[in-house]
This record gives sequence, structure tokens and C-alpha cells, in this order.
Amino acid sequence: MQSLRLGNFWSVTRRLRHGWVILLAFLLGGCHYDLYNQPKDKTYDPSSFFADGRGSRPNVPGAVQANRVQTDTYLYTGLINGAKADVMPFAVNRALLARGQAQFNIYCAVCHGEAGNGQSAVAQRGGIIPANFHQPRLRVAPLSHFFVTITNGVYRGDTANNGYQSMFSYASRITPEDRWAIAAYIRALQLSQNATLDDVPPDQRATLGQ
Amino acid sequence: MGQIFPRNANLLARLSIFAAVLLIVELTLILTVYFRSNYYRQINVAIQQPVPYSHQLHAGTLGIDCRYCHVSVDKSYFANIPATETCMTCHSQIRTGSTKLTVVRDSYATGQPVSWQKVNRVPSFVYFNHSIHINKGVGCSECHGKVTEMPVVWQPQAFFMGFCLNCHRNPENFLRPRDQVFNLNYIHPANQVELGQKLVQEYGVMPKTQLQNCWVCHR
Repeated sequence: MQSLRLGNFWSVTRRLRHGWVILLAFLLGGCHYDLYNQPKDKTYDPSSFFADGRGSRPNVPGAVQANRVQTDTYLYTGLINGAKADVMPFAVNRALLARGQAQFNIYCAVCHGEAGNGQSAVAQRGGIIPANFHQPRLRVAPLSHFFVTITNGVYRGDTANNGYQSMFSYASRITPEDRWAIAAYIRALQLSQNATLDDVPPDQRATLGQ
Repeated sequence: MGQIFPRNANLLARLSIFAAVLLIVELTLILTVYFRSNYYRQINVAIQQPVPYSHQLHAGTLGIDCRYCHVSVDKSYFANIPATETCMTCHSQIRTGSTKLTVVRDSYATGQPVSWQKVNRVPSFVYFNHSIHINKGVGCSECHGKVTEMPVVWQPQAFFMGFCLNCHRNPENFLRPRDQVFNLNYIHPANQVELGQKLVQEYGVMPKTQLQNCWVCHR
């Protein structure tokens, strides 16, 4: 009897009756994460396709950002015929100064301090001496001096003799328009730190010290 | 040949049918809970990085703004991981001999990027855009928590669709003034709904009906 049952094990009816197991196996085999982890490179994803292992490709040398054709040389370099100038490339209004203040407090105040006097938590802890914007040399510097410095950074000393980049370029982090806004705000800061009573409108003087 | 099972074994057979159904239900529940758990999703688990960089020190104690390093967060769909050059802006002069910064200095010398590990993950079918949220008054800390208190950063909550919809259904409960977006210690005021409704108008946030469309997040 038992041998007969074993013989039935692979019978056609039995196979049909248990076909759902195979069907379920196929269905579960269809479960996959392709939608969750799509075979595409998102920002910063590693890639085995490129030799350097990076999914994001570096800029091709000479590439120009869309709508950023640099025809206005003063706007992008801060130089007129190779010399710094004391004018803005576009009009200054209150909104621009507010923008300059916001950007200054993000990128510059870290070292130079919110008052621009070269005192900050980073400077104190790190033992560096950032420039004080209220020193006579910088108070008489042309406006575009600040733009050029933000764009190119500052190199101290001789290249051959222990020279070093004391301030890095911020050109990759701050747009040219914002660099000009910061320059305008630095000038406003300088004026604010060296103001006299005569700079206050007469009808506002009573509110001082309140 | 005699009977192997006694007659009352029929009861066991019937019970085992119920047990099987129960088992399937339980397994489904257990697996669902497991795959949604913070344990499986590594929520609140600090992700070790190749450089022992501390947000607590830099963003907290020193008070460096988020955007000093994550420049593109208000301009682009992704918040950039800073280039090695950004680290070296300060660390070419500060703590130049520190062994903790060896990886950074090597990266700057060779041009090979530091392989930072991703902390906050969303599935490939979610197209999250940082800049639109920042510019409409959604604070960093709504999703990322108080990063200023994290020596090593972790993801403070799972980004399920429900988490996103919670805000997309009622943006007025979460919006804050633009100048407070990067303030990680911001506490929503008592009149948040009133303020939020004003900000929804002022910042031109999409109407709620559109904000919940599939295409807002999925393409």
C-alpha cells in the first residue's frame, strides 16, 4: 500500500493541486526593490561606470553656467582696466543691503565677526587674526577691494618663503551679485562704526541711547 | 492496518487550520512592524563618518550657519555636502596638525573626495526639493532635528509618506518666518496656526488640494 502512495506523489492531479505553491514562489520572486532603489545615479551616488568612482561628473573646463555669460567684466571681476574702483556695478537699495547683511552673517561673520571687527568665536578658538574692517587701510580702500578679496581670497607672504592662503576664495559659494551686496554692507558697517552725532537726522537724535 | 490517530485528533486538525491562518496574520504584522521600525531604518542611529566631524562643535558652539557649508540648500534641490576646500578654508590654518583631519588634508592634496556616508535617505521615487521648502518657510529642524546638538549626525525620524503628508495637508501648522528657517532652536508660537495661515498667503504656498497631488513628490 505504501509503495503505491509514494508512486502517486508525482501524479498529475497532485501536481495541479499543489501548483499554487509554485505560483506563490513565482509571485514572491517578483518582489524587488527596483522602484525603491532605482538603477540611476542620484547626487553624490558612487558609480562603477566611471574610473574615479563618482556618479556626479566634474565640470568640463571652460563650461559656462546657463544665463551667466560674463559680458559685464566689472560685475564679475571688480576691476576696471585692471584697477579697483569705488563704484557699485548696479544700484544699491535697502533690500540689497539687507541681502548683503544676511550673506555677510553667513559667510564672513564666522571669522570677521558680525561687527566686522575681526573678533569671533572661530578666531578666538582657532587662534587666527582676521582683518578688522574698521582699520584705516580698509576704510579708505575702494569698494571693489572687498569684492576682489571675496572672489580671489588673500595670500599672505611669499610663495617661495612660507607664504600661505590666509583666506580662501568664496567665488564658488557666493554669487557675484551677493559678493557685491556684501561689499556694500561692509561699507555700511564701516560707516556705522565711525559715525558722529551729525550723521543722525536731527529729529531722531532724541531717540539715541534709549 | 489499525488507525494511527485517535478520533479526537480531528479537533487538532481543525484547530491547526485556525493556527495556520493566525500564523500568517501574525507573520504579516511582525514583518510590517519590523520593516517600519526605527531599528530596521536606522533611525536615531549615529552614522559613523570617515572624518570625526562634529556638528555640535561647528554649528552649535561656534555658531557657524548651516549655509556656510551647505551652500546650495536654498538654491538647489539638494543640500550639498561641502567640498574639501570648504573644510580647508579654516583648517589650512586651524588645527593643521590634528590627526582627525588627516583624511581631509589627503583629500585636498589628491583631489579625491572624502567618502561621507549618507544619513538622511529617501527612496528613488521621491523627488524632494530642499530649496522650495527653505524658501517657503519650512525650517531645517522640522526634518533634521537639532543637528547643533549632534556630535555625529543621525536621522531623527523616518521619512514615511505620512510624515510628508502631515505637513502637506496642513502647512500652516509648520511654517515659520523665513529669517527663522535656519534657527534649529525655533519653538513654534502659541498662535502658530494664525501665523502659519498668514505665511501661507505671504509666501504663496500652493493650495492644499495641489500640495497633496501625487506629482508634487513623485514623477
